[in-house]
Amino acid sequence: MERLLSDHLLSVLVFLPSAGALLLLFFPRSAVSAARAFAIAVSVLELALSLPLWTRFDLLQQGFQFREKIAWIPQLGISYNVGLDGISLLLVLLTTVLTPVSLLFSYSHVEKEVRVFSLTFLVLETGMLGSLVALDLALFYVFWEVMLVPMYFIIGIWGGPRRIYASMKFFLFTMAGSLLMFLAILFMAIRHQAATGVWSFALEDLYRLAFTGRVETLLFLAFALAFAIKVPVFPLHTWLPDAHTEAPTAGSIILAGVLLKLGVYGYLRFALPLFPDAATRFAPWLGVLGVIGVIYGAAVAYAQHDMKRLVAYSSVSHLGLVVIGIGAFTTMSLSGSILQMINHGLSTGALFLLVGVLYERRHTREIDAYGGIAGIVPVTTTLFLIATLSSIGLPGLNGFVGEFLILLGTWTSPHRWWAAAGATGVIFSAVYMLTLVQRVFWNPFVHEENKKLTDIRPSEFIAAAVLVVLMVWIGVRPNDVLDRIHPSVELLQKAVAAKLASADTRGARP
Amino acid sequence: MTLPLWVLPVIPLVGFAINGLLGTRLRKSFVTAVGCGAAGLVTLAAYSRLIPFTSGDHSTVIEPVVSWIAVGNLSIDLSFRLDPLSALMLSFVTLVGLLIHIYAIGYMHHESTDAGYARFFAYLNLFLFAMLTLVLAESFPLMFVGWEGVGLCSYLLVGYYFDREYAAAAGRKAFVVNRIGDYGFLLGMFGVFATFGSLNYSEVFKKAAEQPAAFSPALAAICLCLFMGAVGKSAQVPLYVWLPDAMAGPTPVSALIHAATMVTAGVYMVTRCNVLFRLAPEVMLFVAVIGCFTALFAGTIAVAQNDLKKILAYSTISQLGYMFLACGVGAFTVGMFHVMTHACFKACLFLGAGSVMHAMSDDLDIRHMGGLKAKMPITYWTFLAATLAISGIPPFAGFFSKDAILASSFEAPGLGKLLWFVGLFTAGLTAFYMFRIVSLTFFGQFRGTKEQAHHVHEAPASMTMPLVVLGLLSLVAGWLGLPAVFGEHANVIEPFLAPIISPIAGHDAAHEALPHATEWLLMAVSVAVAASGLYLAYQWYAKQGGRAPARLAASFPGAYALVADKFRIDELYDVLFVRPYAWLARTLWKVVDVLIIDGILNASAFLVELVGDFLRFLQTGNVRNYALTFFLGLIALLLFVVGAI
Repeated sequence: MERLLSDHLLSVLVFLPSAGALLLLFFPRSAVSAARAFAIAVSVLELALSLPLWTRFDLLQQGFQFREKIAWIPQLGISYNVGLDGISLLLVLLTTVLTPVSLLFSYSHVEKEVRVFSLTFLVLETGMLGSLVALDLALFYVFWEVMLVPMYFIIGIWGGPRRIYASMKFFLFTMAGSLLMFLAILFMAIRHQAATGVWSFALEDLYRLAFTGRVETLLFLAFALAFAIKVPVFPLHTWLPDAHTEAPTAGSIILAGVLLKLGVYGYLRFALPLFPDAATRFAPWLGVLGVIGVIYGAAVAYAQHDMKRLVAYSSVSHLGLVVIGIGAFTTMSLSGSILQMINHGLSTGALFLLVGVLYERRHTREIDAYGGIAGIVPVTTTLFLIATLSSIGLPGLNGFVGEFLILLGTWTSPHRWWAAAGATGVIFSAVYMLTLVQRVFWNPFVHEENKKLTDIRPSEFIAAAVLVVLMVWIGVRPNDVLDRIHPSVELLQKAVAAKLASADTRGARP
Repeated sequence: MTLPLWVLPVIPLVGFAINGLLGTRLRKSFVTAVGCGAAGLVTLAAYSRLIPFTSGDHSTVIEPVVSWIAVGNLSIDLSFRLDPLSALMLSFVTLVGLLIHIYAIGYMHHESTDAGYARFFAYLNLFLFAMLTLVLAESFPLMFVGWEGVGLCSYLLVGYYFDREYAAAAGRKAFVVNRIGDYGFLLGMFGVFATFGSLNYSEVFKKAAEQPAAFSPALAAICLCLFMGAVGKSAQVPLYVWLPDAMAGPTPVSALIHAATMVTAGVYMVTRCNVLFRLAPEVMLFVAVIGCFTALFAGTIAVAQNDLKKILAYSTISQLGYMFLACGVGAFTVGMFHVMTHACFKACLFLGAGSVMHAMSDDLDIRHMGGLKAKMPITYWTFLAATLAISGIPPFAGFFSKDAILASSFEAPGLGKLLWFVGLFTAGLTAFYMFRIVSLTFFGQFRGTKEQAHHVHEAPASMTMPLVVLGLLSLVAGWLGLPAVFGEHANVIEPFLAPIISPIAGHDAAHEALPHATEWLLMAVSVAVAASGLYLAYQWYAKQGGRAPARLAASFPGAYALVADKFRIDELYDVLFVRPYAWLARTLWKVVDVLIIDGILNASAFLVELVGDFLRFLQTGNVRNYALTFFLGLIALLLFVVGAI
């Protein structure tokens, strides 16, 4: 047992939720509370087991840690190959934190097919964690698709009135991107076989391949498209408001908290180091689309009447900033972008959760159905306000550190104006979020039916409080997190620079 | 043993945490003890550092605590600084803060429920935390923590009566307008980092002062951005619009945040960065012009308002304009001197207004008041002292600081004389509108309702005690900065603050003092102007009951309405920015998102469906359809075969 946890920690973490899901199959359909409690227990155990990743993570080692490698389909050079570095560590922890938070929230709110819901959610966790630790492209692709299916069901079965449209849209968008990526992966493996005579899908082997010209561009675009849809980058974002709005609260939390981040993560882990030349050429596009995302997302968020849709569009804006930081490609901006993904997971997760608290009581997401309820639900109001402040980047909370690093890092890159344009987000985010706060929690109390609103329940409170504590912690002591991120960022930059340099010496650049 | 500086902000933070987390379950008396206790403790702690500092050699103390953000070549420490500038700010922020906490015990007692009372004191403590962080920070980012923190408290406290729509809207407006300024502040910080490779004051200012030629080209843009932040926080044209609305907050808040401390943060910031600004003379001129124009503009609006707190708000904007005027003509220390005296007399005025408001059952319209002098003597005398101070009547505090600003403008080359003249005219306006308040409020006959007349009473001791202290300060605070004509060592504050204006290599620091005769003359002129303002207001409003100004207003109805409507700037911004943004937001959503992007998607999905429907016809599972297809195919084949033959 001890060896299992020390030598195979990542595998335990990846497969424990699925094992739990498998056990859930044996629960009788009527054992609703037992299924709920069991799923929460599994996700909490998972969280507890993931904590050693934080404590045992070696700050001085830039490369992958907690490595495991077992041949899976040796004929094709596909292996079960996993590892963790500073870029994935925090996303893994974010996943293990947000899963119990989501399940805890759902404890009192999901009534339909509880057993299947819990099971689906646990499978989803395996998919997310697997995608984050996979170092073999075939393995990554499997997990990537494993992640897609449960989310499709979560939206399609437990979602709101337009759930079918939303889940189809989500599925088709994502599939469209990932199919192209699949072709690109196959193409690279074949090229590898042709070049070396050996089949391999291992990331480290494929890193060594050098593609040039149009081939590289096409491969890059295939990957980039898949990830851009996931992020989502303007104008590929329209699946997101529908999916977020129709998904049940737990689904929205995970969708915003983790799934979107996998787009950025995939870009950093695969698209960028595999095709640095094309990535460099397309970086200006990234910056421009990021800037558009920041401003466009914020403006459209301001126009919304539906609380969830507003928060969904705010994600487009926030992720736009993350994309700017990636495009600028400085140590500061990259570290900021990675940190900001975590921050966004916490703040948007909390916002969706608290909107869920209101929705489950009033069964409407219309902003105008509320107003002046701060006196009725003071604790919910306070938590919502803190999440808002985190989201709009108030110094002292987490969001500021990420934004500041992205913008300052971008400012020191050659693309100063991206920072100048992206920084307008500090104004626009305050506009739409504070308007939301005013219209929902403040203003005169007008709707009698809101008198019956009850304040946040203990299970919901714990779920939200965990997120708030993390917001404060990262805001006050960001170095705890940054120390783990930036060595890997520097390694990534070095690897990309080395590959660019070698391409230069071969005169391969067009 | 000296107390570390980081303890100062932490004390009120603890108070905030206790009242914020447990407040709803605590009694009012306990909340009071925690809230005011924290304010008292931090004042003691601050003076335990200030007294040795002022009696010592005034050399800058920097106390790093811990690294905050460190990535790549960026390293930001949580590091605190005590130098004459932060010492001056610290001295009145804590003291005025404490007095206003005490005042709030009485003021908020009837205003709120237990939960609201705890919330109020929690926010007030949080404000002290943020303000002390702002003042004591040793780096731009840490100052920004305090900077946005005070903005947050302002937002929360302006919106304290959250169920009143105008209060909620005012809080949001304050935050958003401040964020526009903060956008500039952020870009300014980025510029500083890109230029100097650091965000710590000591490094940045040292580099700038040592190699001015190397850095000055970049500094115009940087200073302009930083000044944009100051314009937002210190409510200057064009970003002043949030401050009058912010009066929706409880009056102690207006006194503490929107008069004495937070709004002066912009002046503090510009003074803190004086080395950078002095290397960007064109920006300095801009600062002076904005300040001078704001002083006049807001002073003009104040003349035609009837809401007591609104008049004081415009007066604050106007006085802040004077402070920027001082900075702009290079008289940073004089500007800070006015920050200090203004904190005393403006806090006194607001607290006096709160006392009046209390007596008048929350009515703030000065047309309903009158004759309150007899029933509220303490409020009257303290308000009068503060009014004389702001009007610039010697020997009250405002006279010395305002006169020093006017003298510095007069000396300044270029536009100096014009700035001086506008400043002088504004001083007359100030005396006029302030004495208009005093005349209408305290003199003459009571004009309110019977119930109000019956209700009018002097405030309780917790409210009058701070009034008396601040009233006295309005008298004596200015004596720290007596003009040079009173002797070489008459001015204490100037040499104390002098070290913050560090010499720049190659720049001549020495400037010629005004001849004494000129100085006497300038003083005489400004006193004469202020006295005329006072006299006119007294004659018109106290003696003649306001008939003359009413006639004057009636003969220029258009102009009067424009001023009374505050030049309709809010309406202008509404048309220029607020509505177009809302329209843009809706259009982007409905046109770009729904119509174009989703339109294309849904159209292509529909196309797929059409193709699918067509193909489905080929495979219906209906035997007759298959038979038909089979039959048609057979005929086609036959025809083909026949054709081939």
